[in-house]
Amino acid sequence: MTELVLRADGLRIETERGAPIVESASFGLDRGEVLGIVGESGSGKTTTALALLGFAADGVRIAGGTVTVAGRELTGRPEAEIRPLRGSVISYVPQDPSVALNPSMRVGTLIGEILRTHAPDRNDAETVRAALRNLQLPADDAFLRRFPHQLSGGQQQRLAIAMALAAAPAVAVLDEPTTGLDVVTQARVLEEVKRLREASGISVVYVSHDLAVVAGIADRIAVMYAGSIVEIGSTSEILHRPRHPYTHGLISSIPDHAVPRRLRGIPGVAVGVGERPTGCRFAPRCPRRVEACETAIPALLQVAPGHDVRCIRAGDAPPVALEAAVRMREAAPPILSVRDLRAGYRSRAGEVVAADGVSFDVRRGECVALVGESGSGKTTIARVLVGLHKPDGGRIELDGRPLAATARARSREERRRLQVVFQNPYDSLNPRQTVETAIAGPLRFFGISHGRPARVEVAELLAKVRLPERLMHRYPAELSGGERQRVAIARALAAGPSLLVCDEITSALDVSVQAAVLEVLSDLRKELGLALIFISHDLGVVASISDRLLVLDRGRLCESGPVDDVLRSPEDPYTRRLLDSAPTLPVLAAHVDS
Amino acid sequence: MSASVSGRASGLLSRARPPLRAVRRELRSGEAAVGWIGLTAIVLLVIVGPAFAPAAPSDIVALPYATPGAGHLLGTDFIGRDVLSRVLNGGRSVVLLALAATVLAYLLGGTIGLVAGFVRGRTDGVLMRAVDVFLAFPHMLFILLLATGVGASWWVVVVGIGIIQSPQISRVFRAATLQLTGRGFVEAAVARGEATARILRREILPNIVTTFVADAGPRFTFSILTVAALNFLGVGLRPPAPDWAVMISENRPGLQVNVWGVIAPALLIAILAVSINLVGDAYARRRGISTDVDPAQP
Amino acid sequence: MPAVAAEDSATVGGRPGAVRRAVRAHPLAVYVVRRIVTGAGLAVVVSFLVFGATQILPGNAASSILGDKATPQAVALVTKELGLDRPIAVQYKDWIVSFAHGDLGNSFGSGFSVSKLIGIRAQNTITLALLALVLIIPVSIVIGVITGLRAGGALDHVFSVYSLVNIAIPEFVIGTLLIAVLAVRFHVFPAVSILPPDDPAISHPDLLVLPVLTLFIGAIAYNNRLVRAGVTEAMRSEYVKMARLNGLSESRVVWRHALPNALAPAVQIFASTVQWLLGGTIAVEVVFGFPGLGQGLVEAVNTRDIPVVQAIAMYIALVYIGINIVADLITVLLIPKLRTAQ
Repeated sequence: MTELVLRADGLRIETERGAPIVESASFGLDRGEVLGIVGESGSGKTTTALALLGFAADGVRIAGGTVTVAGRELTGRPEAEIRPLRGSVISYVPQDPSVALNPSMRVGTLIGEILRTHAPDRNDAETVRAALRNLQLPADDAFLRRFPHQLSGGQQQRLAIAMALAAAPAVAVLDEPTTGLDVVTQARVLEEVKRLREASGISVVYVSHDLAVVAGIADRIAVMYAGSIVEIGSTSEILHRPRHPYTHGLISSIPDHAVPRRLRGIPGVAVGVGERPTGCRFAPRCPRRVEACETAIPALLQVAPGHDVRCIRAGDAPPVALEAAVRMREAAPPILSVRDLRAGYRSRAGEVVAADGVSFDVRRGECVALVGESGSGKTTIARVLVGLHKPDGGRIELDGRPLAATARARSREERRRLQVVFQNPYDSLNPRQTVETAIAGPLRFFGISHGRPARVEVAELLAKVRLPERLMHRYPAELSGGERQRVAIARALAAGPSLLVCDEITSALDVSVQAAVLEVLSDLRKELGLALIFISHDLGVVASISDRLLVLDRGRLCESGPVDDVLRSPEDPYTRRLLDSAPTLPVLAAHVDS
Repeated sequence: MSASVSGRASGLLSRARPPLRAVRRELRSGEAAVGWIGLTAIVLLVIVGPAFAPAAPSDIVALPYATPGAGHLLGTDFIGRDVLSRVLNGGRSVVLLALAATVLAYLLGGTIGLVAGFVRGRTDGVLMRAVDVFLAFPHMLFILLLATGVGASWWVVVVGIGIIQSPQISRVFRAATLQLTGRGFVEAAVARGEATARILRREILPNIVTTFVADAGPRFTFSILTVAALNFLGVGLRPPAPDWAVMISENRPGLQVNVWGVIAPALLIAILAVSINLVGDAYARRRGISTDVDPAQP
Repeated sequence: MPAVAAEDSATVGGRPGAVRRAVRAHPLAVYVVRRIVTGAGLAVVVSFLVFGATQILPGNAASSILGDKATPQAVALVTKELGLDRPIAVQYKDWIVSFAHGDLGNSFGSGFSVSKLIGIRAQNTITLALLALVLIIPVSIVIGVITGLRAGGALDHVFSVYSLVNIAIPEFVIGTLLIAVLAVRFHVFPAVSILPPDDPAISHPDLLVLPVLTLFIGAIAYNNRLVRAGVTEAMRSEYVKMARLNGLSESRVVWRHALPNALAPAVQIFASTVQWLLGGTIAVEVVFGFPGLGQGLVEAVNTRDIPVVQAIAMYIALVYIGINIVADLITVLLIPKLRTAQ
């Protein structure tokens, strides 16, 4: 048996006041292996990642357990002894390099510093250049003299990785290294990591919330929920036959453009630190719970060689069953028609073209998805449609009648029928208004009442988005991100729209929460015959709920058609590039019964 | 208050709406409590003090600079008037002038900031250029110039302080409004076609309250200290007004003989300013707003 | 999400390509020029303000000079004599032109040349301000850095309580208290700093101690807070956390990573201190009878000696604007992000 290069045993991490963040994490890493740690908000994965370097952020402390890397212990010893190991034996790649790189230090200095501290005999210009070239970064003098803000997002991240590898550590911990990068850059960075692993035999711990990304790179996966590892095993085992209900739910909620299907969310809300229930932490949300689940925390037990699960009902875990996505079949008359739309805006870099002669139709009850990377102009188009941004040219018609450019100039009816929901859940609601006030606002403004008091209407709308009535009296600060988005949807529905524009409404949410919100949206469409313009950068999400797909490349509509056709046989090279870069889980195809 | 009453009160308050819950939180912070005590004491003194003054502020009760004794518990000032009576009467001018100046500053600066932040575009540019000019001007200098032009009086002080504070206030309000107009819920209201006034009232103003309250403390303190300085220099109120700052100026020569003529009013000014700072700091800290001033704004 | 609000664009539209290229190649030079031009424009606008504010009620100047002898005929006569009845634009033009040539007019009160009157006063005030600055800057940096690095420690607590009280006490009270304690009670320093008329302040150091000390005490708490804020923010930053995760020694983290970023805004802080000093000396000079610009200004205001007021006001305002420009330029030079931004 090969000696484990990294070993974490019973790690317990608490806040200074004793509230547990990570309750018990134990796992090992073989030489040259990639272990993925997957979890959503509140799972404790980042805290665990930091603890692997013996590091605890402010207000947090490592209360128990051990971490050993290459035979050296990183826990339970004075800081002065652990410090030399960080960066040299085990190193860390941060999530957001734009703030993690010192803004007043140049590229050359940043790498040189690592060498000076950990490998002083190798601290020369040639080694620095080699470190950069290793990550496909330029190694000329001009580049060495640049400051971090003069690098692109992808370059910053590769620089961070170069710094992490400069002293040739045995283990590298990557903490969500591709969050915030666009899909194509993300794919490139992942390729780099894979290549480096082959070339140097370094062991990697890859932490992420994105199971699809992790599955593409990891040999083994550990799934974390509410502070503990609930399942750990080889990637294929986890994906083919997940035993823990949470893993099960996670897989059902992952969008994948290669396997378009209905997404199923996990009911309930992720638990925060300090709110954990007694007994199994997942029990309140678990479809398979029994009474015994709530009395004691299950132990992590082996169900197959190399596969451990923390669930007393792991034995009778059902297979993952996914439904194929449903598409709208009948042709209906168009409700919105956009012809030759031209719009742009001025940014610090000059004039940006957001829409360059874009034309499309949306039919009644149809869901049209608008896809593109950030900067492609999709948000501007959304804002033009709802009258928040003046276009430079083109026509927009609602039910055959031309729409005025600004919301104020449109008729009340027109404004009522076209509603919008935005991306940021922390933005979408007025923090000083209760849920009831927020939803009742449009009711009052548009003068909508079906002969019933507003409160009754609000309760009904909340029920439509599957939120309990008691949330009416809460303030947004008391709701989770997913709940807020659903309230924003309810508010938009209050006006009784025929067309809803959704601008990246789930991009800021956890995967399982996203699936829940999308489920609600699909059901609403069917129930109300609502047409939807769904804007997203995520092809998987789009595959699951839309009927037609429009692909936007820097303001130009480069491809459009029925979603399945476009995904299966894209014509435009840009579309093809997007599809190739998006991570997929081919194993999911095995779970779908068509 | 007995434990059960305060407990019940606090229990009631905890189920109440956020504004009332805030009161409960205030009572818990030690610093805020001290601040509120000091503030209440001074406010009481200012309001009811004159009624308790043993003598009229202009009455001569003994020899100049007499040390504390019967009939003049804090001694007498440079003419022979009772220091205690003058002190009890002297807070009104400071507090009222400062209040008036601060209110003026908020009306002026707040309106400019709100409009500039919401309407944006050219209006914003023009307004902010005008504001920049005032920011480039030393505060004291402006008021002194005004006083040269129209003569020393209390309203020069009020108008002057109001004007010199409005640029910073307008910046704060503008920044807050700009930040708010980009927020999703404001855009949703605009998309619904709601009128500007309605949006300002329902969506924006309630969210600016926090900024405003956190900002109000330091502003009011600044007004008080500046009013005091101007009165001291003889540019605002002048003798024989029983104003605290005027007293400090008048009674300086007799510092050696009777300190109270200077120390009493100085102490009261200090307590007032410190109390406001304590309360303001505690509030800002609770709301997570940094209590450290922006280095770019003096 | 991309910013879609139409911002005021810095790009030049419609200019010939060569200029545009030059502009983009030397952003720093462009910024310097722009800043100086803005400053000059500001100075002009300020001169309007200075001139305009003092002329709001022209009649009053004449009547206050005459005092009790102010009969309507006398007022009319003096007004004409001083040229106060001419159109405002003409008066302004004359004034600004002479000002540019260094002729500051004659005092209404004494008839002497204003430039002679304020010459030595300016010297004295500058001495006072510089001495105060030389004390304030190093001390507040040191204390700010210590309390920032050891936030929550003993010195931090002590100083924060001290600042709270200090910030709430106006300078004239501080000065008065210092006089009470150090001059009157203990006779350590003189109670007033009235200098012989033509002697520069620097030749009487004992008269300078208390005023400088007053200014020092007035500024130190505020500056310390700002420096401390910069330090704590830097220490809590992501890049400091990253430096620690890279195994760098704590001293390197503090000295090489945190402090350089923390002290970059120090320039603005100290610029604002200098500006504060320009205003703070006014009250302090009056308290100590110190013959500087501040005391001169207050006297002139009280006697409505308009040429003196205008001259001192312009002088102070110009210094104020100049300091802003210098501070902005230094800041841009120090912060890489600003230096290289397009």
